[in-house]
Amino acid sequence: MTYWKGVSRRFFAKKRSVIGLIIVLVLIVLAIFGPMMSGYGYREITSVTDPSTGKVVAATGLKPQIPFLGIKGDSEFFGDKTFLFGTDDLGRDLWTRTWHGARVSLFIAFITIFIDVIIGVTYGLVSGYFGGVVDDIMQRTVEIANSVPRLVIVSVLAIAMPKGIGLVIVALLLTEWIGMSKISRAEMLKVKELEYILASRTLGASNLKIIFSDVLPNTVGPIITQVMFSIPTAIFTEAFLSFVGVGIMLPECSVGSLIEDGFNNITTLPYQIIPPIVVLALLMLGFNFIGDGLREALAPKLKDM
Amino acid sequence: MVKYILKRVGIAVLTLLIITFLLFVLVRIMPGNPFPSERMTDEAIAAKREEMGLNDPILVQFWAYMKNVLRGDFGKGTSLYNGAPIKTVLNKAMSNSFKIGGMAILLGTVVGLLLGIVAALNRDKFWDVFCSVFSILGVCVPAYVFLIFLQYTFAFKINLLPYFFDSTAFLESSVIPAISMSLFTMSTVARFTRNEMVEVIDSDYVLLAESKGMYGWQLVNRHILRNALIPVVTVLAPLIVDLLTGALVVEKIYGIQGIGKLMVDSISGEGIDYNYVLALAILYSALYIGIMLVLDIVYGLLDPRIRVSKKGGE
Repeated sequence: MTYWKGVSRRFFAKKRSVIGLIIVLVLIVLAIFGPMMSGYGYREITSVTDPSTGKVVAATGLKPQIPFLGIKGDSEFFGDKTFLFGTDDLGRDLWTRTWHGARVSLFIAFITIFIDVIIGVTYGLVSGYFGGVVDDIMQRTVEIANSVPRLVIVSVLAIAMPKGIGLVIVALLLTEWIGMSKISRAEMLKVKELEYILASRTLGASNLKIIFSDVLPNTVGPIITQVMFSIPTAIFTEAFLSFVGVGIMLPECSVGSLIEDGFNNITTLPYQIIPPIVVLALLMLGFNFIGDGLREALAPKLKDM
Repeated sequence: MVKYILKRVGIAVLTLLIITFLLFVLVRIMPGNPFPSERMTDEAIAAKREEMGLNDPILVQFWAYMKNVLRGDFGKGTSLYNGAPIKTVLNKAMSNSFKIGGMAILLGTVVGLLLGIVAALNRDKFWDVFCSVFSILGVCVPAYVFLIFLQYTFAFKINLLPYFFDSTAFLESSVIPAISMSLFTMSTVARFTRNEMVEVIDSDYVLLAESKGMYGWQLVNRHILRNALIPVVTVLAPLIVDLLTGALVVEKIYGIQGIGKLMVDSISGEGIDYNYVLALAILYSALYIGIMLVLDIVYGLLDPRIRVSKKGGE
């Protein structure tokens, strides 16, 4: 049995990791196709016919209507339209907005974590490989970067950059690579003295080749695990920044900005805050479960083998 | 040990100094006019700049600023609170934040520890399942969501607690924010304690102690807790720091005049208040580094192996 086969067998043997995987996959599918399913745009103000007057009015503040659960909501207003999660105070369909928001949040998380992996892994591998003065300087820099609270980075960015999606991405880029670099450096230190590296060097391989084609593959497992924990952090941070008002700007929406919208209307439309919170919680849950499962699958304790 | 502590303190101070300098330079080179009034003539602005020392070399400016900061004087705000001295605003904000944050940490740690211990001692029974569900919930749901929920239920639906923070009724109005902020700490401490305890309970020396006839609280206290709790200290540091960050939104929602709300106000309003951003950034960095330092030392005191290995690693 190959190494990866063993990993995947151990991963799928755990109920939690399978549940996590299913949750994440379902949410990703919904984030991709959900907005298309309703037929409304995420910034479109929908209208319905008021049954008492027969006039067409903006569908503001309609309660959710979930037919297969028997929840009728404000269905006398809907006519032939369906608003699964209801509509917000401006009459936008919350189903569409929720999944569009999930899409934006996931998009931000994937993009930033992808770049963070590249930066962090390269940094860590180079630092670990060369050692000595190079390593010292690079590690002291990391230590300083690591002692700046995330909040401080965000606040300094907020005065340097326009608010919005860009700020969120840069804030995440500046903070999340550190964990990746630590992992890959540790991995480099572990394998650097092994015989196959020495063999590679004796055969005349360049530093570049040793770092990226001999050592890099070793870091794949731990890095994927770290990614699974970084994605929820990224989504959390994004939600936090959007809530504070320096993240996603209207009329765009993300999970965080939707929670803020819901909070602002909580006394009048209390149901509005539920979908984004549930989506956020499920995303956290799913990625954390996958991360836990992967960590255990990659570094099995003797009794699990 | 004294050498170890001194070294950690030295590194911490140096790091803080470097960060403060970087922050200072960053804020100074930001585009933007510190004198927003358009009625000022160019000459008046130039004179004012000279008076405020903005034309001096950056190191001279930094030195002047640091001298004031060390005396606790952060200057005046440019747009927030009509330019009141930052020191007075900050003192009040810090007192509010630290009181509520302290309550949250205390509540979270104590309840978390108890829950973790009870869960580990009743493995796979009700409290263990409760503990794991609770810790999942704590990780998945941000503090401000708990806050919104508690606020909606206990302040809006049932008129039991104040809907917004009211400094005249400090105790009643800190219940909701303290509980919601403590939940993350509580769940993490509970999960960590439980896992560490389980590992210790399964170890050989506990088996030995048991076979020698030790049981009950004596066994738990002497052999299990002592070894299980050391790693818990390490998770406390990031938790306390997280609490500071999480408090930001909680303070904003609940209308608490704390450092978190001050930070939000200073960056998310129309006019960004550079002086507040700088002061708060320095404060947050100092808190962060300070907390890390204290817990590092505590950890070293608790577990001699750490000191030795850190010394050996050099």
